[in-house]
This record gives sequence, C-alpha cells and structure tokens, in this order.
Amino acid sequence: MPKFAVIVFPGTNCDFETVEAIKKAGGKAERVWYKSSLKDFDGVVLPGGFSYADYLRAGAISARAEIMEEVKALASEDKPILGICNGFQILTESGLLPGALRPNKVPRFLCKWVYLRVNDTQTAFTKFYEEGEVIRMPIAHAEGNYYTDSPKVRIVFQYSDEKGKITEDANPNGSILNIAGISNEKGNVLGMMPHPERASDKWLGSEDGLKVFKSMVEYVRR
Amino acid sequence: MKYKAKIIVHLKEGLNDPEGRVIGKALKNLGYKIGELKVPKYFELTFESENPEKDVEEMCRRLLANPVIHTYSYEIERLGE
Repeated sequence: MPKFAVIVFPGTNCDFETVEAIKKAGGKAERVWYKSSLKDFDGVVLPGGFSYADYLRAGAISARAEIMEEVKALASEDKPILGICNGFQILTESGLLPGALRPNKVPRFLCKWVYLRVNDTQTAFTKFYEEGEVIRMPIAHAEGNYYTDSPKVRIVFQYSDEKGKITEDANPNGSILNIAGISNEKGNVLGMMPHPERASDKWLGSEDGLKVFKSMVEYVRR
Repeated sequence: MKYKAKIIVHLKEGLNDPEGRVIGKALKNLGYKIGELKVPKYFELTFESENPEKDVEEMCRRLLANPVIHTYSYEIERLGE
C-alpha cells in the first residue's frame, strides 16, 4: 500500500486530518517530525498551519530545514509531493514551485468556503477530477496571494464562482489569475491554498477534496 | 573580524504592499497628505566573517529576501578583531 509522510514542523496543524484523509483515500500515512528521515516513503504531504509562527515570511524558515533536501530528492524521483496552505508556502519558498505567496490583498486572515475550478487533470493529484469541474473547499490563510513573474506556470485550481466562472469577486486574496493551486512542469509537485483534507467527508461539509488524495494514492500505484 | 550589517528588504516596484496601504490610509485619516507608504523589513545583525560582503549577500539571497518579490540593500560596518 502506498505510504505517505505528513511532515510536521513546529507550528504545523491539520496533520492528523491529512493522515485521516490519506487513509480514507486508500493509502497509508504517518506524521513525521521534521528532524526525521523520509526513507521508505512513496510520497510527501506538507500540511497546513503556521510553521515557525510565519516569522520572516510564511513557510520561509521551514523551507530551509534539512528535511527539505530529502523532499527535493523525492520530487526529482517523480514521487508525489503535495503542499497544502502553509505547505504551498513552503514549496514556493524552497524553490520546488515557482512564485511566492504574499499577504492577502485585504490584509487579514480569511477563513471561509470557496469554489474552485479544476483546470488541469493531468497531474498526480487531479486524475479523478474532470476538466472544468467546480468543487468546494475551505480556505484559512493570511498569506495566500499568489504572485509569479514567470509566464510558464501550470495552473491546476482557480478560484471561481459556483458555475466555474473566473471572476474578480470569486478571488478571495488577490492572487494573479485567481490562482488557488499550481504544479511543477512534471505534475508531481502540487501546491494549493485551499484545504482538501477539510473537505474529505460529507459531515465536514464537502468531500470534494478527497479526490486529491485518491489521485495521489493511485499515482503511486500505477 | 567582527562586523555589523544593516539590511533592508524592499518589495519590488509595482507590487502591492497591503500593510503599507493600510498604514498610509490611517495617516491620511489623521489629516496628512500621504502619497504612497511602504513597509520594508529591516534587519540588524553582528557577525564574524573573512568575507563580509559575500556572506551578507548570501544571507539575503538564501533566506532574508525572496528574489521573486524582493530587492535588498545593506550597509556593513567593521566592529574590530
């Protein structure tokens, strides 16, 4: 059974929920303290939270931890690497994904449900979605305003209205092109601000996020 | 050799600075004729080095600034042996 490491830094949260979501999707998962090793894992999830209290820039200090060298090595072996919220910030800060996450356009913490349009179903994390599918997930962040100066970004999720229209009103944080999630060129590294683990069961309000984990488990099995 | 560095990390031109915008607005509300207000980050540190310019440059590039969104400038002062 594919086995995933859910890396825990000082200040990480959502790690238990992420482990549960991976198990529900048919994989094995373990919380791994950032000073441990990533040997024997088929993939990595960097969960949400506020590692190192978001000091300096969100994700900046975790991105320079030694364990990230191992994450980079796994990424280069085409293993799936998923960063959720703070995990996305860590992936951009470490250079595994292009761009940067800046404070929200209106500088305050946002915690609400949003709609996303699935733009790319060819990544390791979106195989079970349909192109153009509109899904619902919560966001909870103060620094989710995605910015890049690179024209070559693989956009995977975009904030949309409930019909899938990409509008300014549907953009909660000021991200360019309503970007909510991107992947690397190969499609095995994904960063997203919305929380799929918090939308992985009907009693949570939505199970639209479960397919992210199902796709990731299936990608390792292939 | 001991040195002191004063480093300022600026947001690149054209990038929106929400904190600066809010503080600028508060000053406007106090009656001042404020144009643009920016909030750069300031670091002050002492360090030992054989090659201070190279080390400060590296510290900025590797951690203190994010080259996607920031530029930086610094001054280095010699403190003694």
